[in-house]
Amino acid sequence: MHKIESKDVHLYYGSFHALKGISIVIEKNTVTALIGPSGCGKSTYLRLFNRMNDLIDNVKIEGQCLIDGKNIYSREINIEDLRKRVGMVFQKPNPFPKTIFENVAYGLRVNGITHSTFIEERVERSLRQAALWEEVKDKLKKSAMELSGGQQQRLCIARALSIEPSVLLMDEPASALDPISTAKIEELIYELKSEYTIMIVTHNMQQAGRVSDYTGFFYLGELIEFDTTKKIFTNPTDTRTQNYITGRFG
Amino acid sequence: MNKRIKEQLAFWTFRVLSFLVIAILFSILGFILYNGFSVLSWDFISKMPEDGMTKGGIYPAIIGTLYLIAGSMLFAFPIGVMSGIYITEYARDGLLKRFVKLMTNNLAGVPSIVFGLFGMALFVNKMEFGDSILAGSLTLSLMVLPVIIRTTEEALLAVDNGFRHASYALGATKLQTIGRVVLPMSLPNIITGMILSIGRVSGETAPILFTVAAYFLPKLPTSIYDQVMALPYHLYVIATSGTNIEQSRPMAYGTAVVLILIVLILNLIANALRKYLGKKYKIS
Repeated sequence: MHKIESKDVHLYYGSFHALKGISIVIEKNTVTALIGPSGCGKSTYLRLFNRMNDLIDNVKIEGQCLIDGKNIYSREINIEDLRKRVGMVFQKPNPFPKTIFENVAYGLRVNGITHSTFIEERVERSLRQAALWEEVKDKLKKSAMELSGGQQQRLCIARALSIEPSVLLMDEPASALDPISTAKIEELIYELKSEYTIMIVTHNMQQAGRVSDYTGFFYLGELIEFDTTKKIFTNPTDTRTQNYITGRFG
Repeated sequence: MNKRIKEQLAFWTFRVLSFLVIAILFSILGFILYNGFSVLSWDFISKMPEDGMTKGGIYPAIIGTLYLIAGSMLFAFPIGVMSGIYITEYARDGLLKRFVKLMTNNLAGVPSIVFGLFGMALFVNKMEFGDSILAGSLTLSLMVLPVIIRTTEEALLAVDNGFRHASYALGATKLQTIGRVVLPMSLPNIITGMILSIGRVSGETAPILFTVAAYFLPKLPTSIYDQVMALPYHLYVIATSGTNIEQSRPMAYGTAVVLILIVLILNLIANALRKYLGKKYKIS
């Protein structure tokens, strides 16, 4: 059984055909990069897997999206349960205007966990996983808004990890950060791979090359090519892929 | 005329006009303070009216107004905030939402005397509350409902969608997202709506005229079915139809001063609360 699979997925925003029959298979504990020019559908595709597209009016989805072999768009699926299993990190760091501690504890609290020692342990572990613990352990009661952009983004990663998802979706997680913070996030992605299955949307070719095992190239709502990152970056089959990664358009 | 002079002329016109607004406010306050200052004393705010309201204090009217503020907020605040939440967070864009918003705006445009008449017909007569704090508070709350709904809407819309999405992405339900993230962040701005409505509730005469206000009632209410005196109506009474208008004129100004002070103090308290909450949920 594959970890993540999509079978001939079409998505429409009203009459706009945003995803045109996307089929991908992703294995457990791998990092998959989704690349392509703006508006190609890669973020939309990413958001299929925690059903964030459901928040937009007038969206129609066809085809199948499976996680652990189960169609996540079937009726039996509870959206909140799904989102617990599929964490997400957004482009813009968006910590809540709460304390650092409460930011990480939020996901636990909304899922009904009240045991305070358990929450404390989980918060510490998540912050360690996100390589932020050493920087914030003395100021957990301070507002998350006082952290730098890079720290905020790692806090958001810790927040996503706190509820122990098995899949992590990252939508250009480093595009709003400086090079040093970006390097930290990339290092983190590499380490998290052993426990999570990661999908990452990125505009940065080098980043895709550095962090991912597989790469999918999207163009105008179609998946042009999907292969190992090595293959895509050294010997792409399609000329459009080649043109994009060599910087001739996009 | 060259560009520079035009520019200067426009700048000075705007500047003078905005100072004019301040000047108007200060002249009203100055005029009232000047005329009413002489009667202000502890007795004035703590005693019953005496000698056909030409002497004594305005204690029952102060208490009456405070009851009406509390009563109307008790109804209008939760209903208004919940309506605002429904409109911004739940209702989908479409005919129904547009209709609800349009009607809210229309409600805001209804003259206050019409609310007074409606309140009398519905609460006083039909529901048999009689002239009472209950009927008056309900009438006032209808009047300020649109203010609270509108400010709630705007406060909620000001919360960036990124926070909502972050919450949903962690498996939170819509209700949890609103209760734990959106509402705490917008509370400072929602309180602004409350401040505005407290000002209106304490100052309006027409809605309480037929629903609660007593001409002269030198005792305090004992239940929500009692009538009360209220500051704006008391002011109206002793300025136009008292037993001796000339003699009670300073009392009228004094009443106005007290009314303004109450609104000012309540605004300061609400503002402090807003600042405190704004700091607690600091958004940068």
